[in-house]
Amino acid sequence: MKVLRKFIDKQKPHFENGGKLEKFYSAFDAIETLLYVPDKVTTAGSHIRDAIDMKRTMITVFISLIPALIFGMWNVGYQHFLSYGESVDNMTMLIYGFFKVLPLIVVTYAVGLGLELVFAQIRNHEVNEGFFVTGLLIPMIVPPETPLWQIAIAVAFSVIFAKEVFGGSGMNIVNPALTARAFLFFAYPADMSGDKVWIADMADTYSGATPLGNALVGNFENFPSKMELFLGTIPGSVAETSTLMVLIGAIILIATGVGNWRIMLSVFVGGYLMGSLFNLWGLNEYMMLDPLNHLVLGSFAFGAVFMATDPVSASQTTKGMFIYGFLIGMIAVLIRVFNPAYPEGMMLAILLMNVFAPLIDHYVIEGNINKRLKRLKAVISN
Amino acid sequence: MSTTFKIKKGLDIKLLGTAEKTVVDLGAKKFAIKPPDFAGCFPKVLVQEGDEVKAGTQLFYDKYRDNIRFTSPVSGKVDVIKRGAKRKLLEIVIDSDDKNVAIDFGKSDINTIKKNEVVDKMLSSGIWPLLRQRPYSTIADPNSTPKSIFIAAYDTAPLAPDYDLIVHDNGDEFQAGLDILTKLTKGKVHLNVDAKKTTSKVFLNSKNVQINTFSGPHPSGNVSVHISKLDPINKGEIIWYLYPQDVLTIGRLFLTGKYDSTRIFALTGSEVLKPKYFKSHVGASIKKMVTKNVSKNDNRFISGNVLTGEKIDKDGYLGFYDSMVTVIPEGNHFEFFGWILPNLNKFSFSGTFPSKWLKPKKKYKLDTNLHGGVRAYVMTGQFEKVFPFDIYPMQLIKAVLVEDIDMMENMGIYEIDHEDFALCEVIDTSKTEIQSIIRKGLDLMRIEMS
Repeated sequence: MKVLRKFIDKQKPHFENGGKLEKFYSAFDAIETLLYVPDKVTTAGSHIRDAIDMKRTMITVFISLIPALIFGMWNVGYQHFLSYGESVDNMTMLIYGFFKVLPLIVVTYAVGLGLELVFAQIRNHEVNEGFFVTGLLIPMIVPPETPLWQIAIAVAFSVIFAKEVFGGSGMNIVNPALTARAFLFFAYPADMSGDKVWIADMADTYSGATPLGNALVGNFENFPSKMELFLGTIPGSVAETSTLMVLIGAIILIATGVGNWRIMLSVFVGGYLMGSLFNLWGLNEYMMLDPLNHLVLGSFAFGAVFMATDPVSASQTTKGMFIYGFLIGMIAVLIRVFNPAYPEGMMLAILLMNVFAPLIDHYVIEGNINKRLKRLKAVISN
Repeated sequence: MSTTFKIKKGLDIKLLGTAEKTVVDLGAKKFAIKPPDFAGCFPKVLVQEGDEVKAGTQLFYDKYRDNIRFTSPVSGKVDVIKRGAKRKLLEIVIDSDDKNVAIDFGKSDINTIKKNEVVDKMLSSGIWPLLRQRPYSTIADPNSTPKSIFIAAYDTAPLAPDYDLIVHDNGDEFQAGLDILTKLTKGKVHLNVDAKKTTSKVFLNSKNVQINTFSGPHPSGNVSVHISKLDPINKGEIIWYLYPQDVLTIGRLFLTGKYDSTRIFALTGSEVLKPKYFKSHVGASIKKMVTKNVSKNDNRFISGNVLTGEKIDKDGYLGFYDSMVTVIPEGNHFEFFGWILPNLNKFSFSGTFPSKWLKPKKKYKLDTNLHGGVRAYVMTGQFEKVFPFDIYPMQLIKAVLVEDIDMMENMGIYEIDHEDFALCEVIDTSKTEIQSIIRKGLDLMRIEMS
């Protein structure tokens, strides 16, 4: 290890101000800090600091995504072979899915990290770790047959227009991963919806519609059981289908304190209540659907655990988190049932509430301020 | 003693190197008064190098509040008047003659003495600066009357000294000090004790004050926490606060007529070979404590605790308000793959390191490494877990960063001090210097409101 450290120390002067390669300092710094936690010490305030940093936080989220990702790869293979009526072993399915999903991941990281490096260099700051997670989330929420060039454009769009124009990681208004997904959805609707895109290399004769798609057109024949939906053996975006795997990720996030349980819980509560409300109303078959189905269908769980909880774009006050999550759950189900164009409401619900999160926080904080003013008035009037 | 205030939010950082409960005489030769210890003070020096001084001789005063005088803690000779950049006065060092001759300010009858006599005597003897006020944590204004006075009789900071030990056998002086303090306010004098740790009769049998019991992790011993539960500060209100050793000093002044700056200091930290208590005077040099008593590593010497203390040299001086010295290793080394390996020995409030789960009671030897680079605020909801106030910490920090005076005021900046944000700073994933930010905000408010 000392050899490596010596090598890095020797190269460092080339990249620092005035060096030959100073244009690549941010890339050098990114690699150095990836290999070594820096030797910087505290200079003001507390003399000791927690061992956690942004890299540790992001790797924790990364790990929490892995169960869903591996299941997603398996499911891509499973759905493919199912469409041909072939039965192969699990390993074959996983390997098939792996090679289907890998290019999506590689393209996303290449485009995203490349842009991050450029912006870090222009803005003269260290490369932010945010894309480490965003870059894995994007391939997980697109249909397996998404063309690579479309993904590349969507990633570029979201990194530049959802994040960097606002000032980079920590400053964005909406979730960058969902922005990429929304971009794909609205820019290339033909490749992003319908019956043909959810299963990789599907047999022509097979109907590849997702349960959500079927539900929207009132087709409840062969509707999967709750258990199937919970396990996730249904067509859909790469890694969103399995509620079980998502919940494993949720446990990791909550136990480590990285993900916020308040938001996750309130999304599920909001969705369930909205579904129950529709049950009472009961105009059509979709409205009569057992509300538990909504929680395990489509990307509801994935969105609740990994998307709604993005700390930057979510509500940031404790009370606000409950309101924010609750409304996401409600609106997602509302869009699913009533909007004729969009089978899945989760993406739009989260993006919408991302925009409203600062407003929610504003009123929560106003409440705190008013409490303080009231106390002051009580003192003055005495 | 009716109810116990239970503080739930917070964090006790368990460190190695608690001081053993024995007190030895330090025998320090040099003492220093450091003007930067006093927030908002513009010092004007009254002595020159080589001048003979007694305990209680005036060394300097505050340019903008010229009745606030700062005096020598011991008798001897002015050794060095040290200035920094732009001639900023850094420290006035006194070479002690070990005789401790003190100016006699005259004994007082504690029962009959009036408020203005108390104030005059404290000002002229130079012990007035022991009284600080909230908001802003500046030296109390002698012309104002606080709505109440707070004394924290225990400290919850990591490796904090045991005040029970410090006040042991000083019951009369402590009570005299309390009686004097009751003259200074129309409201109550609150003596706040810990439900478990405080057992000393000196505290528990105190008279003429209200004794309140608190329990819970740090920062439950912070003055702001006590104030928020007992007598919250509103805009325009003032509260004074001080610590048990300061009460002893006040008591001694009025009982004997002399400024006796005796103080007991705890020497703590993982790098100290024999951590214990030392008896000396305010501003003592730590040289004798740490010589041959610390490990040979590259160490950091802190006057105060690891959360809020000031970095000093190994032959530096204790701060005016400090009762402890902490010595921890410097962390100026690289760590290979530190962020990705499981790491069983890392301290983290989050659950991202297995040490939290596998060794919940472990005592840590922590160094000064930052453990990462500075980032924008990304994580939310962390600070709230260690911040037991009805205030939104992240939003207040942001209000300070944009220097929005109205917002800072509305969000409750009067109710807190930078020390209350120390734990937020420790656990901050983004590695920002929150205490400095808050201090800047408080200074900005103070200047704006005066």
